Amino acid sequence: MDIIVCVKRVPDTSEADVKIDGSGKNIDLEDLTFDINEWDNYAIEEAILIKEKVGGTVTAITMGPEESNEVLRRCMAKGADAAIRLTDDAFEGSDGYAIAKILHSAIKGMSFDAVFLGAQAGDDGYGVVGPMLAEMLGIPHATLITKVDLEDGKAKVHRELEGGLEEVVDINLPAVLGIQTGINEPRYVSIMGIRKVAKKEIPVKGLADVGLSADDVGEAGSKTKIESMYIPEVGEVAEIIEGSPDEAAAKLAQILKEKGLMG
Amino acid sequence: MEILVLAEHRRGELREISLEMLSKAKEIADNMGGEITAVLLGQGVKDFADTLANYANKVLLIEDSKLENFNAEAYQNVLSVLIKERNPAMVMIGHTAFGMDLAPALAVELDLPLATDCVDLKVDGDSVFAIRQVYSGKVNVKVSFSGAKKCMVTMRASACQIAEDMKLGGAIETVDSPLTEDIDYKVFSGYEEAVAGEVDITQADILVGVGRGIGDPDNIPMIEELAEAIGGVVSCSRPVVDKKWLPKDRQVGTSGKTVKPKLYLAVGISGAFQHLAGMNGSDLIVAINKDPKAPIFAAAQYGIVADLFKVVPALKDKINELKGA
Repeated sequence: MDIIVCVKRVPDTSEADVKIDGSGKNIDLEDLTFDINEWDNYAIEEAILIKEKVGGTVTAITMGPEESNEVLRRCMAKGADAAIRLTDDAFEGSDGYAIAKILHSAIKGMSFDAVFLGAQAGDDGYGVVGPMLAEMLGIPHATLITKVDLEDGKAKVHRELEGGLEEVVDINLPAVLGIQTGINEPRYVSIMGIRKVAKKEIPVKGLADVGLSADDVGEAGSKTKIESMYIPEVGEVAEIIEGSPDEAAAKLAQILKEKGLMG
Repeated sequence: MEILVLAEHRRGELREISLEMLSKAKEIADNMGGEITAVLLGQGVKDFADTLANYANKVLLIEDSKLENFNAEAYQNVLSVLIKERNPAMVMIGHTAFGMDLAPALAVELDLPLATDCVDLKVDGDSVFAIRQVYSGKVNVKVSFSGAKKCMVTMRASACQIAEDMKLGGAIETVDSPLTEDIDYKVFSGYEEAVAGEVDITQADILVGVGRGIGDPDNIPMIEELAEAIGGVVSCSRPVVDKKWLPKDRQVGTSGKTVKPKLYLAVGISGAFQHLAGMNGSDLIVAINKDPKAPIFAAAQYGIVADLFKVVPALKDKINELKGA
């Protein structure tokens, strides 16, 4: 079983004070920390678990600047055999559709049984790259996957629906599988582990290497365009209980008692 | 112009997203001058067509046993034929588990620009713009379709209100299914329910919801102690389940349970929309979070902006003290 896993390096904004940058079309990335997209972390883990069980190879692929190598090295430290980084100034400004085209061009000549990726990314959350890539490759796909069982040439997958319901789908391989968080328990990677793969070469491919022209990628090759980004106006917000943690806790306890919400 | 809206149903129920999208489509159609067409695919779903007819100028009904359960591949085959024929200005699909599996591949096949997970659509002149939330819900982005005359959008569930007074009385038109053979490369084989646990969080009057901010499973007992003091039950947000710190049956949100307790005390929960959708019907929401910009504070009536590890033990002690008094 040879699996290609598409991964992305994203900023962690969960607890950050996010600001819009000077262009008005992006956020200020300066003070943010970056890591592998959470969904992709589950996707690489799932691929490695399958490799450990049935054999084969795992290749991690990303599109991004040199800093993205750290994400690829993390994948290799977990157990990926190889990594590829796609990068070109022309790729800048690509939307999900253009990114799918770039990945498609890089992947189509490779031999694989499945492509795994996160069902979506934690930054822009479009969730389109996987199914678009599958359509371009002419192979089936399924997304929001919470379980993968392989059986000769096929995969039995669980898809997460709403309200705690799942559907079970049989899908022929090769296929593109969009992995949902929680499918496994991603392994921890030590600094020693990353150091061990520090010298592994990561091939870099640009526009010409993947056989595309500048019109196919970036803003020119995209179908959607960011007009503006803004911090949304927050409507009515909570009454903030002031004071030290002890004082605030005491006031809250009193409020709850008055409302009869205690015991 | 025609706005084509894909109705969604599952296990004999028309899903609310269908009417939410039709209501938003009406707004766009009124603004730009156009007609709304609801598309209903399935088997034995004629009843839904009657409901949809109130919200659309026309309902296209395609019944086929191959469409009985949702299958993105089958839906794509039918919709691509239909859309090529009708050439609508806009196609609307739900940003649901079904829509997420369907829309991106369909958009590529039809060469349409696609904006997913839209929370709103705005008309400016003769163009439509999609409004989306990005970066943990802290930033909104206005997306255009680069001047294209046609587009596809997927709409976030619960983002649009269902209009109350829509009585369009659209005609129901039955269309022959273009599917000729079974799709054997992707086959629906059944549904599976989440395993029920010992506690039913939907029945609790008081829930103490715990989120990613708890940091470590060793801190869960601290939350359990607070829940015990206040006479409530512990629930959680998705990251806590993903990390296996609490079982799935404790999860509140779109992919978990919908709860409406008298008190929902959110501890270390930032308030992703999927979580809010599962608990915003609570009578009283109180949030404890160290990030003053966390979206949970927009959903809560009371908030404490502080380190939960300082507030929670103090709150537990104070509650026990007041109870003893």
